[in-house]
Amino acid sequence: MKTKFTALALATVAGMGLAAPQTFDFKDPKGINNAGFKLDAPLESINGSASGVYGTVTFDPENPGATKGRITVATSSLIVPNPLQRQHMLGDKWLDAAKFPTIVFESKEFKNVQTTGDTTTADVTGTFTLKGVSKELTMPVKLTYLKDKLSERVPNQKGDLLVIRSNFSIKRSDFNINPGQFEDKVSDAIEINLSIAGASPK
Amino acid sequence: MKRTLRMIALALVVGAFAFWTAAGANRGWTKTRVPKKIADAVTGLEGIQWQDKFVPGVDFLGAALLGAGVLTGVSLFVPAKSKGSKNQSKS
Repeated sequence: MKTKFTALALATVAGMGLAAPQTFDFKDPKGINNAGFKLDAPLESINGSASGVYGTVTFDPENPGATKGRITVATSSLIVPNPLQRQHMLGDKWLDAAKFPTIVFESKEFKNVQTTGDTTTADVTGTFTLKGVSKELTMPVKLTYLKDKLSERVPNQKGDLLVIRSNFSIKRSDFNINPGQFEDKVSDAIEINLSIAGASPK
Repeated sequence: MKRTLRMIALALVVGAFAFWTAAGANRGWTKTRVPKKIADAVTGLEGIQWQDKFVPGVDFLGAALLGAGVLTGVSLFVPAKSKGSKNQSKS
């Protein structure tokens, strides 16, 4: 009887362990993680990306709707192909990277959660902070849970991966980036696409 | 001198246009970095790696045209070498 009870207790604990939320670190050793952005402009659209992405997300494969996290992008890691445009973009009249070194999204709530196999789609609501201005945003997100795949990406390290993809747009005027100005030269809307993978070592 | 300045201006325009064409005739702004997509087979993500590369754009052509214009303009103020002075130096 005692043995059966112990076995049951161990199985319960093991089961709880499997279902426990995991914390995924999004600092990518492979340098793949990036946040792309696009603004329309008369001569050609301004396409750039940011590689300085980091943060943590707590994800429970048994309950993806309870996902919470905070993703940060280093403002100085934003790159566009033209050096003068980059200088202006990071300068005090636009993003003011020296004063506002990070762009942050912190999730609050997941809605319309649908899970099929390893993939979960949802609408995530959270606080987006850019140039010191915080706004609540809702964006579609796709989470792909890759169990035991960390070793395939980082040799000699066992664990799981979580891939997050999201496409959304913001208005620069909402974040005090030259509101109402230069709209004939640079669009107000900024399209953003996030493609990041986080690791949860075991 | 006048003729030399105009020849340099012409060479500048022709050279800039040839370089712009050879570099892909980019009708956008000049780029000093170009994105290269890198795929991650495990996650299926596509990352972007920026490579240093000079790709002249329309502003490069504009700068060349401006330079040529300035040289041509300067040449207008350079006094032409008179035939008389040439003859005098020969005699």
